[in-house]
Amino acid sequence: MPHDFFRNPNITRRECVTVLGAAAGTVALPAGAAAATPPKNTVSVALRINRQQHSLQLDPRVTLLDLLREHLGLTGTKKGCDHGQCGACTVLMNGRRINSCLSLAVSHDGDEITTVEGLAKGRTLDAIQSAFIEQDGFQCGYCTPGQICSAVALLEEARRGDASFVTADVSRTGPAELTEIEIRERMSGNICRCGAYPQIVAAVKAVSEGGASATRSKEDRQ
Amino acid sequence: MNPFQYERARDVAGAVRSVSPRSKFLAGGTNLIDLMKNGVERPEMLIDVNRVALATIDSLPDGGLRLGALARNADTANHPLVRQRYPLLSLAILSGASPQLRNLATNGGNLLQRTRCPYFMDPVFPQCNKRAPGTGCGALDGFNRMHAILGASDQCIAVHPSDMCVALTALEANIRVQGKSGERTIKMADFHRLPGDTPEADTNLKPDELIVSIDLPPSPYAAHSHYLKVRDRASYEFALISVAAALELDSGGAIRSARITLGGVAHKPWRPEAAEKLIAGQKPSPSLFEMAGEAAIAGAKPYRGNAFKVEMAKRAVARALANAEGVA
Repeated sequence: MPHDFFRNPNITRRECVTVLGAAAGTVALPAGAAAATPPKNTVSVALRINRQQHSLQLDPRVTLLDLLREHLGLTGTKKGCDHGQCGACTVLMNGRRINSCLSLAVSHDGDEITTVEGLAKGRTLDAIQSAFIEQDGFQCGYCTPGQICSAVALLEEARRGDASFVTADVSRTGPAELTEIEIRERMSGNICRCGAYPQIVAAVKAVSEGGASATRSKEDRQ
Repeated sequence: MNPFQYERARDVAGAVRSVSPRSKFLAGGTNLIDLMKNGVERPEMLIDVNRVALATIDSLPDGGLRLGALARNADTANHPLVRQRYPLLSLAILSGASPQLRNLATNGGNLLQRTRCPYFMDPVFPQCNKRAPGTGCGALDGFNRMHAILGASDQCIAVHPSDMCVALTALEANIRVQGKSGERTIKMADFHRLPGDTPEADTNLKPDELIVSIDLPPSPYAAHSHYLKVRDRASYEFALISVAAALELDSGGAIRSARITLGGVAHKPWRPEAAEKLIAGQKPSPSLFEMAGEAAIAGAKPYRGNAFKVEMAKRAVARALANAEGVA
């Protein structure tokens, strides 16, 4: 019965939503069910996701985002607009941040994908994850996995000297200094509807300055 | 999304061999996949060219630079030789989209971006000559704040959305393409077209042609260039008006030559060569740059929602030129 789930502290939000949805009379459709007949043509693709190898046979219409969420159960990555306008679906492809909603899964043959679930080392959070907690870099949390993946890539881009539109002189190369205005420009691909931007900037700045406290384990929070 | 066949191309020859009028090349996909989700594009086959070896950026013997069609926008903007020789191009690319999108989007794909006119992007609107020829133009008497003020027709008043292409026009890039009947080079100025009576065609590329590279000639403008973008929010937004401005100054500080190209005003990047000639040979000054702005918008015809763009374009040209002069 649905009410049992409110007594179980270990239930995930997704399981809760699924069960409540079923209780309300909705039916979860399998991916691709919108088509009148099941698609016959599939394409094979082999890729690594969070250090795990996957060999799959997929309808070419499946986006990387839907592969993660609907086929592999990796629901940390979020679907916001599904049109590349919000950044909630941001993941790392071979270390580079991309919008997984605008990319077909079958075009990632041989790629290494890292989602928010793959950032922690064992039970130790990535420094950016810890900084988001310490700086209170979220409110509802829906955009947070995308913000965090984006911030991880941002730090690497700055280290290797990538410029941004607000960089004073793009012809000068060398590591980029992450001022507040630079962080804001470089994080503009991630929208936060709650408006947690000041704390998100603070989290990125803290890690870029090495001022974030040492990474902490998940146990610390429980 | 409509069902489609999917094929991975290994090389240019294979990609061109496979292409048909009902197929599309898939590169970064940041625009194409979006349009397929909306039902604006409905290809029967996608030819994935992401593994074709066209992603390098190489010096040319004449001092120019060859940008591979499949080099990603982010890698192009950050390439040391682009930053050093063509900072205008780096800035223009970095002004567009978001870091995530620039990491996927390719140079060839950027040239082939479609307009973001809402009447084109959403098939719920019945009128769009670009999406469905002969249905009319919804923007003409509709919401046209973002639309063209130059070079439009009564069939289409959409604008080209790219920032990169504005800089490429100012830099007189050449586009190398390969089709079933061989290779050819298209001047950047001739690559995109004005809408006229056939707004469904954005470019002069033939359906079987694949862009292989963008070649930049040597540029005397590295020291004095600027990309100015005016938009509704400070980042991650399309231009209301953008200006690529570049000046070549002689030892006495006079303008030897100038390049001016506007984005957000027309169906293609708009280069007012008369304004460039007007200021050549002159000493830079605020009044000279204002004259250039005036000349740049000659013939402008605004619509109900975008009259502000005329004055904005004029001032943006003057400011971009002043910024270009000021960059040491």
